[in-house]
Amino acid sequence: MRTTEIAIIGGGPAGLCAAISAASLGAKVTLIDRNDNLGGQLIKQTHMFFGSQKQYASIRGIDIAGILMKDLDKYQDKIELMLDATVIGMYEDGVIALEQNEKYIKIKPQSVIVATGASEKFLTFPNNDLPGIYGAGAVQTLANVHGVAPGKNVVMVGAGNIGLIVSYQLMQAGINIKAIIDASPKIGGYLVHASKIRRMGIPILTSHTVKYAHGKDRLEKVTLCRLDEKWQQVPDSEFDIETDVLCISVGLSPLTELLWQQGCEMKYVPELGGHVPVRNENLETSMKGIFVAGDVAGVEEASSAMVEGRLAGLCAAKALGYIAADFEEQKNDCLDQLNSLRSGHVGEKIRSGLAQVTV
Amino acid sequence: MRIEEHPILSFDKGRRVDFIFDGKTYEGYEGEPIAAALHAAGIMVLGHSHNKQRPRGFYCAIGNCSSCLMVVNGQPNVRVCTEKLQENMIVETQVGKGDLR
Ligand SMILES: Cc1cc2nc3c(=O)[nH]c(=O)nc-3n(C[C@H](O)[C@H](O)[C@H](O)COP(=O)(O)OP(=O)(O)OC[C@H]3O[C@@H](n4cnc5c(N)ncnc54)[C@H](O)[C@@H]3O)c2cc1C
Ligand code: FES
Repeated sequence: MRTTEIAIIGGGPAGLCAAISAASLGAKVTLIDRNDNLGGQLIKQTHMFFGSQKQYASIRGIDIAGILMKDLDKYQDKIELMLDATVIGMYEDGVIALEQNEKYIKIKPQSVIVATGASEKFLTFPNNDLPGIYGAGAVQTLANVHGVAPGKNVVMVGAGNIGLIVSYQLMQAGINIKAIIDASPKIGGYLVHASKIRRMGIPILTSHTVKYAHGKDRLEKVTLCRLDEKWQQVPDSEFDIETDVLCISVGLSPLTELLWQQGCEMKYVPELGGHVPVRNENLETSMKGIFVAGDVAGVEEASSAMVEGRLAGLCAAKALGYIAADFEEQKNDCLDQLNSLRSGHVGEKIRSGLAQVTV
Repeated sequence: MRIEEHPILSFDKGRRVDFIFDGKTYEGYEGEPIAAALHAAGIMVLGHSHNKQRPRGFYCAIGNCSSCLMVVNGQPNVRVCTEKLQENMIVETQVGKGDLR
């Protein structure tokens, strides 16, 4: 059976940073991703990022992926890459199993960093399975990575950052956004994005939801309605919009299957997107040697995913005896960065979520 | 519909290749997901639900949700949102759950 010191599952911003930090300390790392390219969600982000300089603010997500890849190259002799490889199981004896080129491969690592990211949530309404009703991330992948328009007109459900950013990106690609709606009375995303979109004449309808989708083989029309303060439908407030695409952007939920299978203690924390692993300050789960980083540990942003990755990499390497002379300094730097990313009003939800799962 | 002009992005596509969907020949780019090639050709219905035969398109486009299962080169249950297009591929609508051969 193949062996490695640290197996990292997922090569998004969290997994990439974890690989770089662990390898920089001398650990032998195997970085596994089911795609044939690294970068995770970053490769579809054509907008400038927020955060501070340390997390590459005002650089486009796709370019951040490029920077991380260059850093990764420096440790070629320490990092083994396995792409097009999907991890399908993590077993009691510490073996992880993956599928690559239709082969079943087993690896026995000494420790594991799970950085599998998150998947998009769904919304319930009649006919929500019609072709033309797509996740916002899916539409972003189709348009930004593959250069294919999802359709002519789009109604976006969700005025959080993802809904706003994807709407803007679709407009850049020449697609017409008919409206952005959100059930909440307030716009969830940053105001800079919202005002940019409003300036382009696109209505953002808060306190609105989807009541019905219409169409035979594909979406043709949606019925929307207004909601009152108690999130109940306002009588007779329905109206129709003709559209061939409805994008759903109502949040993400962590991709935690492998952690469940491994027996990690999990807890339901809505603030973090659903069930997430209980972890300590070093990002180690209740199972010794199993670490987590990024959206799988709680849905946040790429900036915090990168810092968490670095922290998990440092701590996993240390547990195997690769100790940096300035370990405490580096660790505190990570913790400080995370604290500042999660500070203020915007970080309130994340802070309250993390307080419930950090031991 | 392909996006021809974009202010920030340029799309480096593979070679133009032919593939067959339910008996008809279509064009796509080698290496792009089959679902992208089909979508660009105006085909949104990829499969049908098992019980009520309701039409289904893709949903997540990253291989998470299994909304896009089709038969590719005779193999059923292929997620066409991530499976890469190759020359002369035979893509078929899947009926039922698919059989192991
Ligand atoms: C539209 C949009 C806009 C955003 N804008 C911003 C922004 O402006 N600023 C910001 O900081 N953040 C932003 N984000 C959030 C950011 O992209 C994510 O928080 C970040 O990518 C999470 O990183 P990650 O490494 O945890 O997960 P991901 O980037 O999702 O990477 C996970 C990786 O794991 C792989 N994987 C999963 N399961 C397996 C398995 N079983 N086997 C092998 N590989 C597997 C996946 O293929 C993927 O490559 C945005 C997100 C979206 C969708
Ligand atoms: S669309 Fe979700 S798996 Fe293909």
